[in-house]
Amino acid sequence: MNVLVILIPVSLLLGGLGLAAFIWSVRSGQYEDDQGNAARILFDE
Amino acid sequence: MSAAAGTRGTPLVRLQFSLPTIHCPACLNKIESRLREMPGLHWARVNLSMKRLTVEGAVAADEVLGVVSDLGFEAYPLDPAALENSADRTGRDLLLRLAVAGFAMMNVMLLSVAVWSGATGATRDLFHLISAAIAVPVVVYSGQPFFRNAWRALSVRRLNMDVPISLAIVLATGMSLWESLQSGPHAYFDAALSLTFFLLIGRYLDHRTRSSARSAAQELAALEEQSCTRLQGQEMETVPINEISVGDTLLVACGMRVPVDGELISDLAVLDRSLLTGESEACTILKGADVQAGVVNLSRPLQLRATAIGEDTFLRRVAALVATAENNRNSYTALADRAAKIYAPAVHILALLALLGWWFVTSDMRIALNIAIAVLIITCPCALGLAVPSVNIAAVGRLFRAGFLVKHATALERLAEADYAVFDKTGTLSAPDVSLAKNVPMAAQRVCLALAQNSNHPLSRALARNLSHIEPARLDQIVETAGEGMTAHWQGMPVALGRPGDLATLSLQIGPDSYPVQVREKPRPGAHQALAGLDMPAELVSGDLQKATEDFGREMGLPVRAQTGPEAKVARLKELKDLGHRVLMVGDGLNDTAALAAAHVALAPASALDASRSAADVILLKEDLSQVPLMIRVARAAGRLSKQNFAIAAAYNCIAIPIALAGFATPLMAAIAMSVSSLTVLLNSQRIRGLK
Repeated sequence: MNVLVILIPVSLLLGGLGLAAFIWSVRSGQYEDDQGNAARILFDE
Repeated sequence: MSAAAGTRGTPLVRLQFSLPTIHCPACLNKIESRLREMPGLHWARVNLSMKRLTVEGAVAADEVLGVVSDLGFEAYPLDPAALENSADRTGRDLLLRLAVAGFAMMNVMLLSVAVWSGATGATRDLFHLISAAIAVPVVVYSGQPFFRNAWRALSVRRLNMDVPISLAIVLATGMSLWESLQSGPHAYFDAALSLTFFLLIGRYLDHRTRSSARSAAQELAALEEQSCTRLQGQEMETVPINEISVGDTLLVACGMRVPVDGELISDLAVLDRSLLTGESEACTILKGADVQAGVVNLSRPLQLRATAIGEDTFLRRVAALVATAENNRNSYTALADRAAKIYAPAVHILALLALLGWWFVTSDMRIALNIAIAVLIITCPCALGLAVPSVNIAAVGRLFRAGFLVKHATALERLAEADYAVFDKTGTLSAPDVSLAKNVPMAAQRVCLALAQNSNHPLSRALARNLSHIEPARLDQIVETAGEGMTAHWQGMPVALGRPGDLATLSLQIGPDSYPVQVREKPRPGAHQALAGLDMPAELVSGDLQKATEDFGREMGLPVRAQTGPEAKVARLKELKDLGHRVLMVGDGLNDTAALAAAHVALAPASALDASRSAADVILLKEDLSQVPLMIRVARAAGRLSKQNFAIAAAYNCIAIPIALAGFATPLMAAIAMSVSSLTVLLNSQRIRGLK
């Protein structure tokens, strides 16, 4: 069971990374236009 | 940004527009690539989800509007200052709290699963303590919106939904912390966190529904004059409206709206008063007559002496009248609040009974407290907190895609109750139709189109749209004289389109020949479908003359009341209300404003005056009226689904509460029941998206 001492912090760290990434994406306005951004990749310019 | 000078001497600006009719990526691409060719424009981006266009560059709003409408899209300017102010801080704050709660909930749930699947002794205590280390700071951070609201209610000695919520979260966390320190078997950290998480979802959805629509409605800045031209002797100067004082002489160009109340100095003026009175015909006034702020000058530039400014103008006085009338509407109690009023005390009484009952039976405070908290958690209105907001956000999203902006929080509920519709005529059900007579020769039609295309006057644009199926003629020396119209040369012959001799009638002159241009009313697009699909009695109440109103009413198949002023419209609404009707009022003009505010629920087109838009609950962003019946169907479906959601939540409580009261509830059960009921409610609400 001693492996838990490593695994629990690791899982918390990974979860925290996900949270930080989400907060960053909200702050940088990446959810402002989900429909438009989904389509933009298909335009050839 | 506006400080830098642009390439053509125009300052660099950032402008925003609402584009209610775009619906697909192709529209987005078309608009962006066309705008990129525009000289002076640096950057343009369309937001498809919000149906907005942002441009940056040395361009005027009118030019951009022209380009976009030439592509066949409707566009309305938005007020950038209002957009800056409405940056949604509360929403972002709620979203961050929600994200943190979600993160903590998942991690604690992982640890809890280990405990539920049989961890014992030191491992269980360790897991409980780690959960506590995650849960306690997160509850303190994420629970703040509930704690604050609960405190606000308690400090005025009242109960709201947030009181049992806060109590459940705080007690569950505190009790679990105590249990963990005592090596107890049950900890409710996951329940406290998922309660916070699910309720924050509800709170966030609720916030989105209320704020985004409301601010967007404010941003729809009318083209109300922010500055005007003042005459001092022979000198002309442009001054902001708030610097005008009574007695100043002002110059109002053709096609512009009169900024303040005044007295006409020019000999004669032709005015469009449709926004103020509902009259469809232009009216001619003579020197010395009163001119009210808000009317549009159709003739050559007119001069007037300001007699009332700012808050004293007729326009503002009506707007102020509306502001007071609007307060009545705020007293409407929303369904969710009515439910909370019954629910909050019931939860407290039940938990208290559980505590006292079990304490009396077992004389063990710890068991009694544990069970009371389990009751509090299970009865806590997770699903109830989601029931209305999740339906509302789905319904508002559905309506937004259909071209409606819902700006009042209780608008959907009131809309669902409407059983009688009252329409205004001019600008609401009808639109001006400018056309040449049928028998005009083709060559003349071509000349007419070429002239009309070169003018930005609203009537010219309408005329050009009507003639868009033919090719324009080639003209030389095209000149637009404000207030008189367009002149040019065609095959060496002078041609003109305008109002000769200050008459109220338009005509096309080609050499010696003259052809009349007819300005009539036609039903707004979709008006017929809207009325046909409406499953309630409707009538037309207009400020226009008897004949015009009757003719139009016959065409639309509606009973009419003509020449009704603002007070008469309100009186008619009162009369209907006394008959037991709940009236949906649809109108756009200043003369409708008081009626819009007095109606049970009100709809205004985006082209309406500022005051009318603020008095309305729902704004129609498109030109097309045909979706009005859909709006009512969506509102009714929203009411139905909200009630279904309440029923689901209640059914779940009926099963769970006896189990919790009997003392059989475990943290695992609470977690399953809570997530299942919340998800059911969320999924049920999505059914509104498919409504046709």
